[in-house]
Amino acid sequence: MKLQIDGQDHDLGDLDPRTTLLDALRERLGLMGTKKGCDHGQCGACTVLVNGRRINSCLALAVMHEGDAITTVAGLEADDGTPSALQEAFMEHDAFQCGYCTAGQLCSATSLLREVKRGEPSVLTPMGAELSLSELSDDEIRERMSGNLCRCGAYANIVAAVRQAAEAES
Amino acid sequence: MRPFEYVRAATVEDAVTGGDRFIAGGTNLVDLMKHGIERPERLVDVTRLELASIEEADGGGLRIGSQVTNSALANDARVRERYPVLSKALLSGATQQLRNKASTGGNFLQRTRCYYFYDTARRCNKREPGSGCDALDGFNRIHAILGASEHCIATHPSDMAVAMVALDAELLTRKSDGSTRRVKAEALHQLPGDTPHHEHVLEPGELITHVDLPPLPDGARHVYRKARDRASYAFALVSVAVVLVTDGDAITEARVALGGVAPKPWRAHRAEAALKGARVDRDVFRRAAEAELEDARGHGDNDFKIPLATRLIASALAEAAGLDAGDDR
Ligand SMILES: Cc1cc2nc3c(=O)[nH]c(=O)nc-3n(C[C@H](O)[C@H](O)[C@H](O)COP(=O)(O)OP(=O)(O)OC[C@H]3O[C@@H](n4cnc5c(N)ncnc54)[C@H](O)[C@@H]3O)c2cc1C
Ligand code: SF4
Ligand code: FES
Ligand code: FES
Repeated sequence: MKLQIDGQDHDLGDLDPRTTLLDALRERLGLMGTKKGCDHGQCGACTVLVNGRRINSCLALAVMHEGDAITTVAGLEADDGTPSALQEAFMEHDAFQCGYCTAGQLCSATSLLREVKRGEPSVLTPMGAELSLSELSDDEIRERMSGNLCRCGAYANIVAAVRQAAEAES
Repeated sequence: MRPFEYVRAATVEDAVTGGDRFIAGGTNLVDLMKHGIERPERLVDVTRLELASIEEADGGGLRIGSQVTNSALANDARVRERYPVLSKALLSGATQQLRNKASTGGNFLQRTRCYYFYDTARRCNKREPGSGCDALDGFNRIHAILGASEHCIATHPSDMAVAMVALDAELLTRKSDGSTRRVKAEALHQLPGDTPHHEHVLEPGELITHVDLPPLPDGARHVYRKARDRASYAFALVSVAVVLVTDGDAITEARVALGGVAPKPWRAHRAEAALKGARVDRDVFRRAAEAELEDARGHGDNDFKIPLATRLIASALAEAAGLDAGDDR
């Protein structure tokens, strides 16, 4: 059983099918970037990208993701280690306190920017409306980030950071 | 979690002969397995089946593969244009992360969020038939006001299925003997009666392959409204799907379905009967809503759902008729 994580193949041998993707990353491979909060799909701390789309790795069975491209927070920076515009924006806006939810927030927001670019609606997007990164409202950002809870309540700064990254990308 | 055997099905044939329990997005099943509530011995992974596309159907409808994710279905331009109530219901549910995994088939068959069903230290007739129901005298704020029984007052939590029922969707299934059948979305789930552990009419090993959406009359107006404890990432306390067709001042067709209030996505037949042929009018809408809730019964903490559902139905109808701007939520 192999998993492709942040561009690298990892051999997990004969993996117990009960192992979630989150536990495979942390417990089996020692890749601690992805965090475990609730372990039940209720907080978003474990968010990773699978083939470019965000999911909760705590509710995914690792065996079901053989052959998929998995991106964790460690795979968001450029190859030379330069942080992404979104990561820069999180630092600039102090979009965290303890930082426990941050890996999930970053994966989620990275995906959010791509979803908006592709024109994918949220429940707040009026039918038939065109979406643009530069005009994304705070309500849209909040709705699209609602799957990532922050115990420290850094929400205001997270929204500001996502807005800045959206404007930078537009 | 109990040990289980895992197989990945390559074809529908493989899937239905490979075992009697399927896993798609896993967003409900894996959670319940972690709690020890679901204990499958063998799981057939159906996510790689060629059932992930949405196609035009004869006669102007759409055929949705059961492996289409909730987000792909909500984003589809044809669904947005022709079945906006479905897109809105999907996007009202869960979060982007969950919708990216959740499948059309799995969403229908997700199980209740009743706290006592999840808490294996409590009594629950659904989890352990005959053990009793701790929700009856417990915290039952999220529980059913329609269609429940003295054995179980749990609700079906789906948003998508409510829109599907309003749209007269039909499921296509395949059994292990190779036979296929069609099941109306409205007829998929069963009321609890004295067997709340029997939740739907599908047999073990019967795979949902597709969902058919029939065409709608021209000019149908769609509304989905959801009342919940926080603005996002929360299950419905009450939700309403409305598809309304009017001719001038007259209602020619009204379809209303409710979520969060019953053990199944609830088609509001009484409200519909009161609306058909009636005038577009706020009083008509309110009386139709009251007719639907006439037999509703609260259990204490959830009594508020009766007036809430009444108001939400009336206001969703007004929005569909263009009398109300709605809050677009
Ligand atoms: C925190 C949280 C919040 C949520 N909020 C909402 C919400 O607000 N609104 C809402 O509607 N939903 C909500 N959900 C539920 C979510 O929508 C469901 O978990 C999801 O739709 C289930 O789909 P799945 O593909 O992951 O199913 P799975 O978990 O894979 O399967 C669910 C069940 O269906 C069976 N099954 C799956 N596919 C098939 C098939 N093709 N044929 C036959 N049987 C099949 C499985 O055996 C299993 O019994 C939430 C979930 C979580 C964890
Ligand atoms: S309401 Fe139904 S699911 Fe909840 S405890 Fe009672 S029997 Fe179980
Ligand atoms: S750890 Fe996965 S959602 Fe909380
Ligand atoms: S920064 Fe502490 S949980 Fe978000």
